[in-house]
Amino acid sequence: MADLSINFAGIRAPNPFWLASAPPTNSGLQINRAFEHGWGGAVWKTIGAPVLNISNRYSGLSIGGQRLLAINNVELISDRPLDVNLREIAEVKRLWPDRAVIVSAMVDADPQAWRDIVMMIEDTGADGIELNYGCPQGMSERGMGAAVGQVPEMCELNTHWVTSVTRLPVIVKLTPNITHIIEPAHAGIAGGAHALSLINTINSIMKVDLDTFQITPNIGGRGTHGGYAGPAVKPIALNMLTELMTDPGVLRSGVPVCGMGGIVTWRDAAEFMLLGATAVQVCTAAMHYGYRIVEDMIDGLSNWMDDKGFATIYDFAGKSLPQVSTFGQLDLSYQAVARINPDKCIQCNLCYVACNDTAHQCIDLYSADGIRVDPGFDPRMNGRQVADSRPVPVVREPDCVGCALCANVCPVDNCIEMVSVPSGRESVTWDELTAARPAVTQSWAAMEAYRAEAGIEIH
Amino acid sequence: MTSIPSGSSSPPDSAFSSPDLSSSGSAWQELLPPMTEHEASVEANRCLYCYDAPCLHACPTHIDIPTFIRKIGTGNLRGSARVILESNFLGGTCARVCPVQELCEGACVLGADHKPIQIGRLQRYAVDHVQERGLQMFAPGTPTGKKVAVVGSGPAGISAAAELAKQGHAVTLLEKRELAGGLSTYGIISLREPIEVAQREVDAVRALGVDVQTGHELSGAAELGILLNEHHAVFLALGLGAVPAMGIPGEEHVLDGLDFIEQAKLNPASIQPGHKAIVIGAGNTAIDAATMARRAGADVNMVYRRTEREMTAYRHEYEFALHEGIHFTFLTQPIEVLSKHGKVTGLRCVKMALGAPDASGRARPEPVKGSEFVIECDTVIKAIGQEKPALAEVLGLELEGGYIKVNDDLQTSLPRVWAGGDGVRVRGSASTVMAVQDGKIAAASIGAALMTDVPAD
Repeated sequence: MADLSINFAGIRAPNPFWLASAPPTNSGLQINRAFEHGWGGAVWKTIGAPVLNISNRYSGLSIGGQRLLAINNVELISDRPLDVNLREIAEVKRLWPDRAVIVSAMVDADPQAWRDIVMMIEDTGADGIELNYGCPQGMSERGMGAAVGQVPEMCELNTHWVTSVTRLPVIVKLTPNITHIIEPAHAGIAGGAHALSLINTINSIMKVDLDTFQITPNIGGRGTHGGYAGPAVKPIALNMLTELMTDPGVLRSGVPVCGMGGIVTWRDAAEFMLLGATAVQVCTAAMHYGYRIVEDMIDGLSNWMDDKGFATIYDFAGKSLPQVSTFGQLDLSYQAVARINPDKCIQCNLCYVACNDTAHQCIDLYSADGIRVDPGFDPRMNGRQVADSRPVPVVREPDCVGCALCANVCPVDNCIEMVSVPSGRESVTWDELTAARPAVTQSWAAMEAYRAEAGIEIH
Repeated sequence: MTSIPSGSSSPPDSAFSSPDLSSSGSAWQELLPPMTEHEASVEANRCLYCYDAPCLHACPTHIDIPTFIRKIGTGNLRGSARVILESNFLGGTCARVCPVQELCEGACVLGADHKPIQIGRLQRYAVDHVQERGLQMFAPGTPTGKKVAVVGSGPAGISAAAELAKQGHAVTLLEKRELAGGLSTYGIISLREPIEVAQREVDAVRALGVDVQTGHELSGAAELGILLNEHHAVFLALGLGAVPAMGIPGEEHVLDGLDFIEQAKLNPASIQPGHKAIVIGAGNTAIDAATMARRAGADVNMVYRRTEREMTAYRHEYEFALHEGIHFTFLTQPIEVLSKHGKVTGLRCVKMALGAPDASGRARPEPVKGSEFVIECDTVIKAIGQEKPALAEVLGLELEGGYIKVNDDLQTSLPRVWAGGDGVRVRGSASTVMAVQDGKIAAASIGAALMTDVPAD
């Protein structure tokens, strides 16, 4: 059985699944229950400056009847009295010495304010501090949250004020609402951060009500942008994580990164870990289904690690990073084509319409007796038996550019496979090609000449 | 509360615990409940939205099923209903009575390894949405000055009348019965289609400006001549005749299955099949009659001279009947209805054995000597098919196998006379949805003929 325990910047936890700083970690009662379900850690909902919340705080993204593919919130940091939070943090830590209890904090950009809150957090016995530089609404207008995270100088300064006064590990939580994630990451590291976490929520307007014409959540007839999270943001989070984990500055610093953004299952968590995260945080999925989801996260990850022969998280953390490249270093001579498995194909023809309307027109329909046919039907025919003589889609491989659209629209798992085929051309990257023949970047004539030489035919 | 006759006991293996047998009672309600908004949304979103979809090919009226389902998914119910109704004006009826397992749902690509989309119920959801609100999806076409008479207001007649009105022709729809709608109104049990559904379709064809004249029977060739004098074309949607005679002693005590179904539909509380009922036949109509007798509290036995394998009822109908607790006695031929003081007491039968295949390709049943026996019963109902259209011959139409002979465009042997529906179809291939398609084909053919040049003879 795999060992899921982690030591994240000195913070120990029996497993890498932490609840993110958010409504699921609002109180001691909740976190006690979460720990009973097995969560390895919890980042307490941000404490700090006094706030007031509003009602109608959330709006969900549903697609095709699937609920909460994403959630948007306009909730602020903890609105509970500071002393109540601090007392409960201490109690939880005392009851759960083996779990990671991290306190998220956000105060005015003032060294004294930071010193005060840090001292109070240290007194609770908590294992670490997370600096919330992400909150995209409500707090940012007051110079906190994203207002800090979006200005690298502020990020470094605030971090420094904290790291210079505490013995606890400090995690800087980055906002994704920025052009280049590396800048605030470097600033946090320069400010003495022991770890980074990302992503916080993304600025969003969730939707407009077509009856009332109001945006949601509707707060008494008004709305505002909120923070976007949940399954739909995962690819954005994975990209930002990858940017950090391939950045020489971040790598040199050696700070670990805690990944979050759309993690619902152990599979999502494993993907974050393969791209370098050594702990993960979860919020939306817990808000959708409750704390109980952690059981399968632990169980599934452990079984997968056993299957793959990984004894610890560190055996596979970052394992996919060497494959991360730039466009310029991709092999232009690599050729793949789509192949449709006729035994698995259910003849929905979604590949056919996708390829013919929006890709490269290289899927044909063939009747059972091997004749190419057009879509359509004989209006005099009817009955279920029409399905028995339905034509099947077949890829015209010489014309297939290997875009993989068909494989992505196919509703049947593993029915359309992208098969690597020899292109007959020497391996060459764009960087190599343009270094050798700079003219191809400037002139179509030069490009056509190269194509003719290399035998590249564009239909 | 319930109107179970005193002295009757609850039938064994009842599919329901305490049926309400009053006219609007639970025993007569539609078998499938309407979909809820959530149910419809989940089911619509399960549809893959196939391209050039097999369900569309399988539908005899070629409704663009993926498109109407997608519109349910996007919350565009009016648009969804329009897509259905423009291919099939009787989409509300077909959603209920079509043998979807044999048609659209049977062809669904999801059927192979899991459940096909519930196309029938989704169609009902969309069509009911507009028809319960009295919304009309179509307007009459620009008047062409051409007049068409449609005889018979069953599915073929309504379908043709609607399509012709949409083309702008002045349409008169003649119906001999008190209510329009044909078999949808009188011949489909309420468990499958409540009478209101058929009447809403009649309302919809009226809203297109069609002059629906009930109580008007086409009786003979002279009257057809008058119709042809007053109209540019005539479409005959006459349906079929009564249940044929069996020619056995005591037959006068036997109830006609279609009459029984009609009575059960118009006033379900009035049917009194007694404790034990026998239904002769094993087609879909026989099962419908048996179902109503069963729901009225009788122990029902279906008697059929061949076996389970040869019965013409759809497999799913047979399974439904078994689930209702209806018994089947196969390889049994009735030979005499026994009665006492005018009341049925039993049915004398003879056992049959299957011999060589007959003209229909099915094994010919032959009586087994000395195997006669009596089944005690209070009621005997026959549902052994319908007589071929007797009127057709009277009208001077050329026939083919007893049915009205038509070409691919549904033109009959008489100039300016088209025909469609059950009256042109051989046994086994007749159905509501085929009749609707006939109406469309005939309307297209009539329209083309009227708008080119029809000699006004």
